[in-house]
Amino acid sequence: MKQVDELPMRFKTVDAENGRSVKAWTIAWVVTCALAAFGTRILWDFATIPTIVGVLINLTVGFFWVLAIVKQVNAMDELQPEIFLDAAATTLGVGVVCGLSYELLEDIRLISFQPEIPHLVLLMCLTFMASRILGYRRYR
Amino acid sequence: MKNRLKVLRAERDWTQAQLADRLAVSRQTVNALETGKFDPSLPLAFKAARLFALSIEDIFQDDAQ
Repeated sequence: MKQVDELPMRFKTVDAENGRSVKAWTIAWVVTCALAAFGTRILWDFATIPTIVGVLINLTVGFFWVLAIVKQVNAMDELQPEIFLDAAATTLGVGVVCGLSYELLEDIRLISFQPEIPHLVLLMCLTFMASRILGYRRYR
Repeated sequence: MKNRLKVLRAERDWTQAQLADRLAVSRQTVNALETGKFDPSLPLAFKAARLFALSIEDIFQDDAQ
C-alpha cells in the first residue's frame, strides 16, 4: 500500500487550491465592483467609455468568480455538496422571504427609506456563511 | 446504516485524515461516516471495500438487518 505522502493528488490539496481560487476571484470581483461604482464618480467623472469598460470588467470578473465556485463545488467530495446545497437553499429562502418583506415595508410605510439591494445581499452572504458553518458543525 | 470503518481503520492504525486521503474525501466525511451521520454513495462504498480488501457487506450493514 502507498504511503499517504506518495499519493498523487490529495483531496485536501485540491480542495484548498479551489478555496484559494474562489477567495482570489471574490476579492477581484469586490475590487472591480468598487472600481465600477466609485471610479465612475471619483476617477473619470461619469465619462461613458471608462464607465462601460469598468462595468464590463466587473461582469467578466464576476463570470470567472462564478466559474471558480462551480469548479470548487464539482471537486468537492460527497458530503460537502450536501452542506453547500443546504446552505444555498436556506440562503435562497431567506433571500426571497426577507427580500419581499423588506420591499413591502416601504410600500406599507413602515419604513421611510428606500430598501437597498446591498442590504439584501449582505443578509444573504451572512445567511450562507452561517448555514455552512452550522452544516460543518453538524457533521464534525 | 451501520459500518465498521472505525474498527477497520483502528486495526491498521490509521488516523481519520489518513483514511480520508486514501478514500480521496475530506476528514469530516470520514468522521460523518464513522459516526453514522452520513451514508456513503455506492462508488465510495466500493472504494472503501477495495481499500480494505473486503466486500461492501463486510463493511456496511443495513440498520434493518
